[in-house]
Amino acid sequence: MATGLIRRAIASASSRSTAASLRYVCVRTMASEAQAQQVDLKARDKTDVKTFSIYRWNPDNPKKPELKEYEIDLKDCGPMVLDALIKIKNEMDPTLTFRRSCREGICGSCAMNIDGCNGLACLTKIAPSEAGATMITPLPHMFVIKDLVVDMTNFYNQYKSIEPWLKRKTPAAELDGKEIRQSKKDRAKLDGMYECILCACCSTSCPSYWWNPESYLGPAALLHANRWISDSRDEYTKERLDAINDEFKLYRCHTILNCARACPKGLNPGKQIQHIKQLQLKP
Amino acid sequence: MGPSSAPRRLSGMQKQVLSLYRGFLRAARTKSAEDRQRIESLVSIEFRRNAKEVDRKNFLYVEYLLRRGKKQLDQLRSPDIVGLSATNVSFSQTKDPTH
Repeated sequence: MATGLIRRAIASASSRSTAASLRYVCVRTMASEAQAQQVDLKARDKTDVKTFSIYRWNPDNPKKPELKEYEIDLKDCGPMVLDALIKIKNEMDPTLTFRRSCREGICGSCAMNIDGCNGLACLTKIAPSEAGATMITPLPHMFVIKDLVVDMTNFYNQYKSIEPWLKRKTPAAELDGKEIRQSKKDRAKLDGMYECILCACCSTSCPSYWWNPESYLGPAALLHANRWISDSRDEYTKERLDAINDEFKLYRCHTILNCARACPKGLNPGKQIQHIKQLQLKP
Repeated sequence: MGPSSAPRRLSGMQKQVLSLYRGFLRAARTKSAEDRQRIESLVSIEFRRNAKEVDRKNFLYVEYLLRRGKKQLDQLRSPDIVGLSATNVSFSQTKDPTH
């Protein structure tokens, strides 16, 4: 039923091509409309099969890890990589294991390496089938627990080590039970940091982090360190700076900036690390 | 193993496995006498079973087991944890061969 309607819509659209193009110009800013048209054009073919080769390793059946291939009809699947993974798990292979939760890029669970780039499966579009097979592997240089699930213990411990909470020296009694006020300008300093969802895409894309995962804190943890250093309400700025003023913890960052490329939220951890380094130079 | 005068030289991974085992025995000492015995027997069974079943050349899997063991040991070390227990799970045979 639905496909029939769409097909008819295309037919009418193509007959009135000038009108359609005019409308296209008018609504150029509305991305969803433009995308819908592209999808309409594709809907004419019956199927659009794409291969996904997915990293598989099961600890209960310890063999060498392998890439397993799954073929999916993109016509019958959502637009994002996570939709394809869920489809495979539901319909083809229920043993496929991966983390997912919100499916809208706010939980950071579905971080994985898609076609060689770290990203969230729920925010990464499936490349068109003409582009060939898509390879999905776990985050690089992380210990695999099963299939696409990796061990994040070290990553979370590093986040914990920068003490990501508000620390005050003035006793709470002086506040009279009121909240701590912040000016708009001070609040604006936190933009570009508070959005981080700790998906580990940046840290695991950083070559420096690959070679020193234990001693170097990594872009994600350092971004959060800067988030609390920059917070006007926090009174432990100096202690925080001293705690990470270390050849390995902070200065293993060589501004490779893979982190900024990988971040699915469009943040720039490299810039925030640079900010910490600048503060360290001030007396 | 045959009688040998010099002590066997252990690989790094073997040392890690032994130190993990010792870590479990030490952690068990902090628990009550009854729990200690149960932990020791469970741990010993698990280690001996894996020593027999796991291919010693399958480094990937041995490393995985080491990491899992370390995590379990960290949990066991916490004073809130009283003991270890194991349950036997048997999977019923399903018709679908992909399972």
